Amino acid sequence: MSHELEPITDPGLPDHVHRAADTDPVAEKRAERQVAILFALSAIGTILFIASYIYIPTTEFIFLPVLGSTNAHELFLGLGLGLSLLFIGLGAVHWAKTLMPDNEIIAERHVMRSEDVDRKGFVDTVKEGAAASGLGRRSLIKRSLGLSLGLSALTPLLFLRDLGPLPKKQLETTNWKTGTRLVTDPGDRAIKASDLEVGAVAQVLPQLLTGEERTLSNIGKDAVLLIRLRPEEFELSPERLSWTYEGIIAFSKICSHMGCAVALYEQQTKHLLCPCHQSTFDVPRAAKVIFGPSARPLPQLAITVDSEGYLIAQKPFSEPVGPSFWERSS
Amino acid sequence: MSASERVGGQVANYVDERTGAAKWLKKNLTKVFPDHWSFMLGEIALYSFIILLLSGVFLTFWFDPSQREVLYEGTYQPLSGLKMSAAYVSTLHISFDIRGGLLMRQIHHWAALLFMTAIVAHLLRVFFTGAYRKPREFNWIIGVGLLTLGIVEGFLGYSLPDDLLSGTGIRIAEAIIQAMPVIGSYLAFFAFGGAFPGDTFIPRIFTVHVLLLPGIFLALITVHLMLVWYQKHTQYPGPGRTEKNVVGYPLMPIYMAKAGGFFFIVFGVIALLSALASINPIWLYGPYTPGQISAGSQPDWYMGWLDGLVRMAPPIETHAFGHTISWNILVPGLIVPGILFTGMALYPFIESWFTGDKREHQLLDRPRNAPNRTALGAMSLTFIIITILNGGNDIIATHFSLTINQIMWFSRIGIFLLPPLAYVITKRLCLSLQRADRDLVEHGRETGRLMMTAEGEFIEVHEPISKEKAWMLTQHEQLTALEHVTEDEHGIRNPKTMGGKLRARLSRADAEQIQKPGGDSHKEIDSY
Repeated sequence: MSHELEPITDPGLPDHVHRAADTDPVAEKRAERQVAILFALSAIGTILFIASYIYIPTTEFIFLPVLGSTNAHELFLGLGLGLSLLFIGLGAVHWAKTLMPDNEIIAERHVMRSEDVDRKGFVDTVKEGAAASGLGRRSLIKRSLGLSLGLSALTPLLFLRDLGPLPKKQLETTNWKTGTRLVTDPGDRAIKASDLEVGAVAQVLPQLLTGEERTLSNIGKDAVLLIRLRPEEFELSPERLSWTYEGIIAFSKICSHMGCAVALYEQQTKHLLCPCHQSTFDVPRAAKVIFGPSARPLPQLAITVDSEGYLIAQKPFSEPVGPSFWERSS
Repeated sequence: MSASERVGGQVANYVDERTGAAKWLKKNLTKVFPDHWSFMLGEIALYSFIILLLSGVFLTFWFDPSQREVLYEGTYQPLSGLKMSAAYVSTLHISFDIRGGLLMRQIHHWAALLFMTAIVAHLLRVFFTGAYRKPREFNWIIGVGLLTLGIVEGFLGYSLPDDLLSGTGIRIAEAIIQAMPVIGSYLAFFAFGGAFPGDTFIPRIFTVHVLLLPGIFLALITVHLMLVWYQKHTQYPGPGRTEKNVVGYPLMPIYMAKAGGFFFIVFGVIALLSALASINPIWLYGPYTPGQISAGSQPDWYMGWLDGLVRMAPPIETHAFGHTISWNILVPGLIVPGILFTGMALYPFIESWFTGDKREHQLLDRPRNAPNRTALGAMSLTFIIITILNGGNDIIATHFSLTINQIMWFSRIGIFLLPPLAYVITKRLCLSLQRADRDLVEHGRETGRLMMTAEGEFIEVHEPISKEKAWMLTQHEQLTALEHVTEDEHGIRNPKTMGGKLRARLSRADAEQIQKPGGDSHKEIDSY
């Protein structure tokens, strides 16, 4: 049982196989009915849409398995719209597939490349045009045009200049000054050391002077996290230890990686975690980076109390807060 | 003559007498398109775009692109009495007070996800079948441009409601801008009108999102489609299909019905999805403030790879001469994406450089017959999948009881090891599939019938496969490596060309292929 393998050549398009609807009038009628039913279902979808819009109150909620409690108005509007559109599509496709001719047609392609004579004509035209303009000969015009075009390209840069102010020292400074009181966020209440239990965390902002308005841009660099540990838990240099007060340590809440709020504090391990990229900071060791992409600890704010016992900043941050930038020196 | 024929004739006459377009229309209305399910992926992207335009216009009627701070006193009680931006308030208003508003928001967001998914699926189809080869390089580049713009457009779009989740994304984008050497802080201050977040970025990205980028999209999509039209669609190989023809069905009426119907199907599916599946419930996130964040912050899926890259970057910064360079941001945020997208855009030219193939290609490759390309594709996909997984490392950690550290270290090591491994495995798989094809052609298919020979030996009867199938399995080109690429045109060895050596090496890798049967190799074969 062996045979020679014929050289394999293109056998050409296979013979056309007729569909049932092409040869059998009953099948054709059936297909026609199916298409009509699909279109009719679409109409029912639209009616559902209209009825939902009119009759289901926007405040109506229903409970559906898996989905949970769902706004009935929006749900049935969506179902009605979806069915209305879907069945138009299904009907049209079914029509095309069962009733429209399905003979495959062979069309010839043309190569993209033009005829040689056209290509030559094109090249000649370009050459003639270039020669007629005299750009090649008139170097004075060429150079002055180049200069003016180049210079005019600068205008958009100037137009865009007023998009924003120059950064100046804004990235380096915050609103924490020597003696600024720490106030709660939200609430703007000044706090005392006794307000914070061991293990507790609080977000604070610098107290506003009267007449000052707190903007999001301010919060974006002023937000500070207070954490209270037992003083013996710190592993800090003497200088950094003097920046804490009775076990309360303050860090910038703005991540030193990309500026997200470092909001996850793990009480057991005393780690601060940034939910954006998982940079992890060890609180007892001055927020040293122990995991993740951040390259710097969170800046520590030196705190103490004023004569009334309220927590205040000893001095401004000693380094810029937030993500790095070119002008940052450390 | 039936009534419809008469009306049709009158319309055609009316149009032609005013435009003289009869000849052009006749030719184009009967234009032939080949049929394959994978050709519908790009269609899905196109239809999603139209749906995005329609639903987007609806949303602009009520959306207030402003960061003016207002006190919320609307219908959604849990946020009542809170200060928030007008943009966030108007998004709540659309979601809770406008009939069909929430549905339309969901349609817009689901359509955006489907748009990006369809673009990526379409891109993979085009890549793995080699459809980007000459003469379609321009369209490939336009496609890469559309993908890039789509990522930006989607990101800006979901940032508009000014909720806590999207604001966090904007914060990260600002940090990437700010990290650029020399100009970073200036660019960031110009983009945000001052320190982050400021009060101008919502109106600005709104204009970019609804006017600038959609305009560029419309222009690029138009050119993309005109080129498809003019160059005619590629087709899969098969009996009767050659480089010189296109086999399929005419636009009118088949594709008008099929493609028109498909638009409604896509729209219908998106509407059903939007009715049933909640997406981006911004009222749960709350308004944006830079001092807060929610755990498990995740971008939309098409941004996940970027987030994953940033997450896995090692903590390296350079501080020198009073300046800082944040490699931990620049490398994953700008340099790697730049290399990825540039490499992708230039791939058609790179491939034609090392294969030396400058011919037009109208027939698609079966991926197994281009093992090198398929393996490169698998390699890139593996890279992206690792980054996406790492972008969701917090979610994966909580769902699969792993630690973030385990996933991070898996990604950091895997990003270097797994893509090359995927290359090798995919290439071997392709070659195995080629061998299986050759076996099928040479020995026929297994029939499952057992026969006992006179000697008492059992054999399985094989049956030759059909002519059509045999042609399908053997129509591809036998690849050959370039010769003499390290020599110049006079045959002189040029030891200086690093490029030449690289080219020869790539060319050899590309030409690795199983010798196909048929043609001149008249082989004696047995039936088993």
